[in-house]
Amino acid sequence: MKNIAETVVIGGGIIGCGISYYLAKKGVSVICLEGSDFIGNGGSSRNGGGVRQSGRDPRELPLVMYGIKNYWPTLSEELEVDCEYHQDGNLRLGKNEKHKKILEGLTERAVKVGLDVRMIDGDEVRRINPYLSDEVTCASWCPTDGHANPLTTTLGYYKSARRLGVRFITGEKAVELKKIKGKLRKVICESGNVYEGETIVLAAGFESRKIAETIGIDIPMQKILLEALVTEAEPHLFDQMLGTAEADFYGHQTKHGSFVFGGSSGHEGFTEIYETPFSYSKTAPCVCRGIIKYFPNLLNAKIVRTWAGWMDQCLDGVPVLGNVEEVPGLVLACGFSGHGFGIAPGAASQIAELITEGKTTVDLSALHYDRFKAKI
Amino acid sequence: MINDRSRDIGPFVPADDDDMLICRCEEVTKGEIRRAVHEGMWTITEIRRYLRAGMGLCQGQTCSRLVKGIAAKELGVSPAELEPATSRVPMRPIEMRIFANEIKEGEEV
Repeated sequence: MKNIAETVVIGGGIIGCGISYYLAKKGVSVICLEGSDFIGNGGSSRNGGGVRQSGRDPRELPLVMYGIKNYWPTLSEELEVDCEYHQDGNLRLGKNEKHKKILEGLTERAVKVGLDVRMIDGDEVRRINPYLSDEVTCASWCPTDGHANPLTTTLGYYKSARRLGVRFITGEKAVELKKIKGKLRKVICESGNVYEGETIVLAAGFESRKIAETIGIDIPMQKILLEALVTEAEPHLFDQMLGTAEADFYGHQTKHGSFVFGGSSGHEGFTEIYETPFSYSKTAPCVCRGIIKYFPNLLNAKIVRTWAGWMDQCLDGVPVLGNVEEVPGLVLACGFSGHGFGIAPGAASQIAELITEGKTTVDLSALHYDRFKAKI
Repeated sequence: MINDRSRDIGPFVPADDDDMLICRCEEVTKGEIRRAVHEGMWTITEIRRYLRAGMGLCQGQTCSRLVKGIAAKELGVSPAELEPATSRVPMRPIEMRIFANEIKEGEEV
């Protein structure tokens, strides 16, 4: 089989699978290379499932809003998989004046870019979610936020793209990019195999950095560990997505009944950087202590599983999307900084549009690679 | 291992025992597992994430060998070629109040 397609996508996470899917839908031939043995093995399968607009940076917010308006509500039908999308709002909880100030700042910035989000007091919080403890005194409330299942959504994009003829190859680790006559053309893999395309999309999370370096492009991002846990199935309590001003945990109850909570111990950014993301013994207990204060009802809920994943944390906390002028033929879609799941349908469809039409519906200029400048 | 997911593994053929429960915790049947393989889920990890097989209370301690055998047969490979899903902490389900508990110096357990 020839290793040539119109577009070669590097990275088989939700971004790479999503871009492959939207390109294939437009009739573009695609080869998608995944370095690990599994589709969606990075942040795509390890995140907390938030489909949120509130709390997001104004530069990436239009893209998230675009996805929530145009893709998320019909994604299960489109991908023929249950994405378990719920649009029942997001509560970002606060317990004191300091939290309130943080939430007010976030709310103010989001309102400015046209998002329906407002501050509410503790009583209103408990009218929306009666299981929250009296410690909660305020929250920001965004009724159009929600959550979905990252596992089925990622694999849904993969399944649908594959059915449309995208050639997925796992265990095929891209290590080098090569120009031919001034234009990017070749992807060289660790195995020695070479793939060629008119467009090469780099959507390999943090690993994108090493690959981009081979063509003289440095994307300023770091690998940061994030951890999550899941309980056994519990009776249905609520459908909102939750977060906190203190960022001690976030999460939701799934369709299955289990609660998925992500959280941190405060050591993030300074953990060991091995290839495999390990769960730290400190983190899950710390996250449980956080959760119990907000939800005394969950005291006896059993934790069945914990896991960890890498974020591709960009210098300024928003993704790098679009063309790179110095390297014609290269399209970047990485650095999602832990926000890659909810934004994926919007981002992937816009990258596909950029490749096929040379322009996008949502303005991506604030996320362009050339935004990284020295401080003076 | 390089795994070209466009390789032809033949069509899904329904079988009489497709209704057999394989993952008891999450009630996943043999037919669902076989079908998932034909939809592109070629690894135990993907099958688990796609169907929840092995994600229930026992965390796959009962069904993982069965799932592996079924998937391997469908793919026409030896079960030894399929890597098991990652085992994850904790070994047994633990109540949040216990997991959250830290023993401080001088305190009774």
